[in-house]
Formats: sequence, C-alpha cells, structure tokens
Amino acid sequence: MAEIRNYTLNFGPQHPAAHGVLRLVLEMDGEVIERADPHVGLLHRGTEKLAETKHYLQSLPYMDRLDYVSMMSNEHAYCMAIEQMLGLEVPVRAQYIRVMFDEITRLLNHLMWLGAHGLDIGAMTVFLYAFREREDLMDCYEAVSGARMHAAYYRPGGVYRDLPDTMPRFKGASKWHSEAEMKALNETREGSMLDFIEAFTERFPGYVDEYETLLTDNRIWKQRTVGVGVVSPERALQMGFTGPMIRGSGIAWDLRKKQPYEVYDRLTFDIPVGVNGDCYDRYLVRIEEMRQSNHIIKQCVNWLRKNPGPVISDDHKVAPPKRQEVKEEMEALIHHFKLFSEGFSLPKGEAYAAVEHPKGEFGIYLLSDGSNKPYRLKIRAPGFAHLAGMDEMVRGHMLADVVAVIGTQDIVFGEIDR
Amino acid sequence: MIELLQSLLQWLPESLQVLAIILIKIVVILAPLLVAVAYLTYAERKIIGYMQIRIGPNRVGFFGHSLWGLGQPIADAVKLMFKEIVIPSGADKFLFIVAPMLSMGPALAAWAVIPFGDELILADVNASLLYVLALTSLGVYGVIIAGWASNSKYAFLGAMRSAAQIVSYEIAMGFALVGVLMAAGSINLGEIVQAQSGGFWTWFMVPLAPLFVIYFISGVAETNRAPFDVAEGESEIVAGFHVEYSGITFAVFFLAEYANMILVAMLTALMFMGGWLSPFQGLPVVGDTFLAAPSLIWLLAKASIFLFLFLWFRATFPRYRYDQIMRLGWKVFIPLTIVWLMVVGAVIMAGGIGPWLH
Repeated sequence: MAEIRNYTLNFGPQHPAAHGVLRLVLEMDGEVIERADPHVGLLHRGTEKLAETKHYLQSLPYMDRLDYVSMMSNEHAYCMAIEQMLGLEVPVRAQYIRVMFDEITRLLNHLMWLGAHGLDIGAMTVFLYAFREREDLMDCYEAVSGARMHAAYYRPGGVYRDLPDTMPRFKGASKWHSEAEMKALNETREGSMLDFIEAFTERFPGYVDEYETLLTDNRIWKQRTVGVGVVSPERALQMGFTGPMIRGSGIAWDLRKKQPYEVYDRLTFDIPVGVNGDCYDRYLVRIEEMRQSNHIIKQCVNWLRKNPGPVISDDHKVAPPKRQEVKEEMEALIHHFKLFSEGFSLPKGEAYAAVEHPKGEFGIYLLSDGSNKPYRLKIRAPGFAHLAGMDEMVRGHMLADVVAVIGTQDIVFGEIDR
Repeated sequence: MIELLQSLLQWLPESLQVLAIILIKIVVILAPLLVAVAYLTYAERKIIGYMQIRIGPNRVGFFGHSLWGLGQPIADAVKLMFKEIVIPSGADKFLFIVAPMLSMGPALAAWAVIPFGDELILADVNASLLYVLALTSLGVYGVIIAGWASNSKYAFLGAMRSAAQIVSYEIAMGFALVGVLMAAGSINLGEIVQAQSGGFWTWFMVPLAPLFVIYFISGVAETNRAPFDVAEGESEIVAGFHVEYSGITFAVFFLAEYANMILVAMLTALMFMGGWLSPFQGLPVVGDTFLAAPSLIWLLAKASIFLFLFLWFRATFPRYRYDQIMRLGWKVFIPLTIVWLMVVGAVIMAGGIGPWLH
C-alpha cells in the first residue's frame, strides 16, 4: 500500500508574501496546515556582535537597520539605554521631538503594514494609497536627518539637530508636471517643517477613512480576517506577545501608558484594544492606533511651536559641541575629537530600556564593563516572539490564511534575524 | 464582401475556395482579437494605474514619440517572444509545452460562433450556446496539465484549485444560461440577440437580472480573475499554475486569460444586453434616428463595460479564500439560479418574458 504523507511546502525565502526572507516549512493536508515551522536567520547580520566591536556612537546607525520600517523607534531604545546608564538628562524639547518622530515612525510602520497586509490578502490598491502618505513622512525624515530611511537622528542626550525652518520643495515644472501641479505639490511645503507636519495631521484622518472605505466593511476582507489566527489573551501573554498583537487580544498593554518614557505622560491619547484576538481585530487596533498617533503628533507640534530650546545635552563628553565652538575653543575641539575617535565610556553595569515600538516592546539590554564599547548588547525584538507564535496561529487554517497571519504579525526580518 | 472574395478566388478548385474563405474569415476575427488582447493589457495597466494614483506605462511609444505608452504591449510581446523557455528539471517536457496551447486553443476557438451582427458570424451553428459552454470548459485542461507537468508544488496547488473552481462555477454559469435559452426559446446566439429586440427594457438583463449578475460573476471566476484569482494567487502560491513558465509559453497563458475575459464580456453583452442592438431602439424621439440602428459598435461598447468591470474588480477587492469561493459557488449561486429558473419557467408558462409579464 502506498504510504500517505503530508504535503510539505517550502514557503519562501523567495516568495512574494515572505516579507523579506521568511522561510516557512509547511506540512499540509491538502490545503489545510498541519504544522508551520518558521526558519529564521536568513537575514542575520550579527548586529549584536558587531556592536561589541564599536564604540557606542558608531553602533547607533545599526539600530536603524534592525526593523527597517520603523527606524527611529529602534534608535530610541538604544539611546534610552545609554542615557539610563549615564543618568543623562535629555532636554524637554528633544523629548518632544523624539515623541513626535516616534509617532511619525509608528505611522510609517503601520502604513507599510496596512499596505503589505492588504497586498497579501489581494487588495492591491491600499498598498499604493498607503505609500502616498509614507512619501510625505519620509520627506520629514529626510528634512530632519538627510536620510529617508536610516536616519541616525536620535543621539544619546537628545537629537542630532533642531527641526529645520524650511521644508525641501519640488523644483520647477517639467515635461511631466505643469507649473500649476508643482505649485499644488509645494503648497504645504512653503512654511517650516512643523507647518508641513501640521498640514499632514490635518489631512491624514481623511486618508485613514479612505483605507477604511476600502477594507473595514468589505465582505471579502472580513471573510478573510475574522476568526483567522485567533490568539486568546492568556496565550498572548504566555507567548510574550506585545504591541498590537497583544492589544488585539484584549489586553491593554502599552509601555507608553504602563511605564511612560519621555513626555508620553503629558500627552493625551487612548489605547485601542480588540475583543476576539483575530486578524480583523488587530487590523482595527492598528487603524485606530494610526488615528491616535496622529493626535499625539498634533499635540507635539503645538508644544514645539511654543517652546524653543536646546535639543541635545550640553554634556560634551557624550554630545558633540556646536560647530562654531569647535572652531573657536580649544576645549570644544578636544571634546569633538575625543567623542568621534574614542567615543564615551559607560560606567560598569547593565541597563534595559524598552520603548513601545510600532510592533511591540522593543528593548535594548546593555552590559558594560566600563569601556567605550558594550560588553554585550542584546536586542529584544517584538517580531521574534510573534513569529514563534506562527505555528499555533495557523494550525488548522488554510494556506491562504498563513499569508493573512504573516501580514497581521507585521513581521520584519531585520529585527528578527538581527 | 464575400462575393468579392469569391470572385478573387475563382482560380482555385471549388473545395479549396471554401477553405480559403473560412481561413480568411478566421484571420479577420483573430487578428483584431489578438490586438484587442494586447491593448487590454495596456488598458488594464492604465486604468488600474489611475485608480491607484499612478500613471501606468507612459514611455514606450512609436518613432520617438512616447504616445502615452501605447507601444508598451508590443514591446512586452516582443520581449516575451525572445526570452528563453526554461523547462524545469523533472517536468514532463511534452505536456509542459502542450499545456499553454491547450488553454489558448479553446479560448480562440470559441470565437467561431460569436455573432458580431446579424450576418457577421464565422459559423452559424444552431447549438452555438452549447458549443461555447463546451469550449470554455475545455480551457481548464490547459491549467491542470500545466500545473501537473511543471513538477512544482505551487503549480500543482494552483492547478488543483483552478480545476475545482472552474468545475463549480461551470454549473452556476450553465444554469444561468438555461434561463437565457428558456427566455429566448433558442440556443443560437444570433436568435438569442434577436429575441431581445425592442428596446433596452426587453433585454434579458431586466427579467433575468439575478441570472445576469450570477453569469457575469461566474464568468469572472471562470477566467480566474480577481477576486477569484486563487489559481494564480500571487501572494499565496506565487503565480499558481504558471510559476514555471517563461517567455512565449507564459505569454500564451496570458493571452488565453485575456481572450477569455473578452469572450465572457462579449457573451454577457450578447445574452443579457441585447448584443448589437441599440439601447435607443423603441424610444420616442431618438428611436427613429440612426442611433437606434443595430451596429457592431454597440456590441463592442457593451463588451467594454464588462471589461472595465473586470479591471475595476481587480483594483478594488481582496482575494477570496479557496473554500469561500466554493461556498459562494455551491451555496449561493447554484440555489439562486435554480430558484430563478423556476420563476422564469412559471412566467413563461403564463406567457410572459418578451416584454415581461402580460
């Protein structure tokens, strides 16, 4: 008699829904998943080990490259760990800027997630709508740091520089765009960066309504997400889920509220939670989070407009002195030279700092032996725990649901493989 | 036209004359069809592009002019023709090559019985509706054989899904057509169109509205288009049955899909929207002008509406899951069509349908 075997399908790493380099070995009974075995490590770049060979400032740009769709949030955790060990005060304005960019980053991440999730389930158009808004937010990144993605903007002690007074504009008419079109494109870019961000927050809720029109009440979308990948609150806790993954299951766990860092305790916002813990609830939670982030950004813009001030610590052992001072003062020149060659040393000890990253709790654990390099740097990536729940979430579902679950977990391999 | 041809072909023996004329007719139908297929891909990219706030192809043109990218489909075709056909190791070489032809063949052959006007038809078969139904069902063999011969698990899954899907929707589609032939009292497409003459309220889309909707949706499912495109399901099984195909073999699958789309749009227009009949026919004022005259243009315009719907669906809807498609087909469409057949039967018994109930 012929032996009956499960159908084993190698899902990825070369697969349109693999979100990078996910490799799932699926054991299937027809279309039904019996077991899903995620294989990780295909994007392993040894970030943690590399950090041990560089001084603290030099490994900061590596953090951008962990979760490469929410760059500044990664930097934030890293800077917070260093500040915690040094006991360094961050100027309030810098804290507001950080919070504002954390929320901009959350929008960036959730827009990317929305587009990718939609695309996975076959709703192609949302992807391009989401990218229209991402483009504006990327421009904010670029205006403030010079880079669209890997910003390296947060520094221990504050942020690299204050918000610019002008936004970059589109230049002149071309064969493809008339003068009037360019004028319309530049309309919100005439003032300062804060004006641009404020204009964005004004129009963004309308955009979210557009996404919701396409998806929220769409019967096919509901059929594809309701009751798929259900996680009970107990299991979500046991598996170490964080962020929207645990909030979708109905547990209001958010570090911004539970252990407020920076100025989150001065801002008003709500934490949306789901009820059923399925893909649809997590979708609703993230959509609402976008609206809340927008609200937070608005509050930050208002505060930042009224309160000028320093944006980085004046402790020149950690933060570089002003360029002008470097030209004029011997001591500033020495500080500058020492900071960018030797770097700074942390006291002996350890620290763990975590932020509410768009995907969940993103933590940096630093172990210092007192030198200018970390003895050990451990990254707590939220996606890793979520991916570990993959098997449980898809078992008994169909192949198409695997794709929906990958989407709902909002997986990015930069942080999982590190 | 035909007489002119006959006089030109006088020098040939009698039997060859007939053959030559048929061949010329085939070319006259297929050449515009293939051009239409090519430009349907262009229309798809442009229309979906604008729906998604993009521009779509706008660079490739002719003789140094970009012309809104009108040269794109031709450039694509040329590129695909010159690409290597990669045959995967372990594939059944013969079946692998034959599969695209098997899906292309029926897609084109069905056009033989499509009437473009009162007299404009290649083969005026009495049972043309049955012929069309038979040939559209044959298309699934190409898909199954492609999936099987590729020796790839993704392709195999795609083939299985598409086989199940096409077979299920065939039933709903067939039942919808039964309603049409009951109402028209004929299974000849030309006569079906004639039975609808009298004005747009006598078109079968009015008394057979549910069947009309079901037929078109089944047609979308039958051609494996979004939101029923699980057989290719980009994000799940990569490209489904044609993952392993490249170059011209891939292009042939592509052509077959689009030829089928046009066919379904055409059939819907013929059976439910009065084919080449004018919508102004029988209206008080315009009914007497040239606008009320039946014309090929009306047929093409009606078919274009459905083609646009195909593209619109694709830009709007998420993809169904495989079991949900089955549920929709078996538990919603088939019962609905059966119920409506009863209604149609009862109305006909009462002497109605033509201009509805009297």
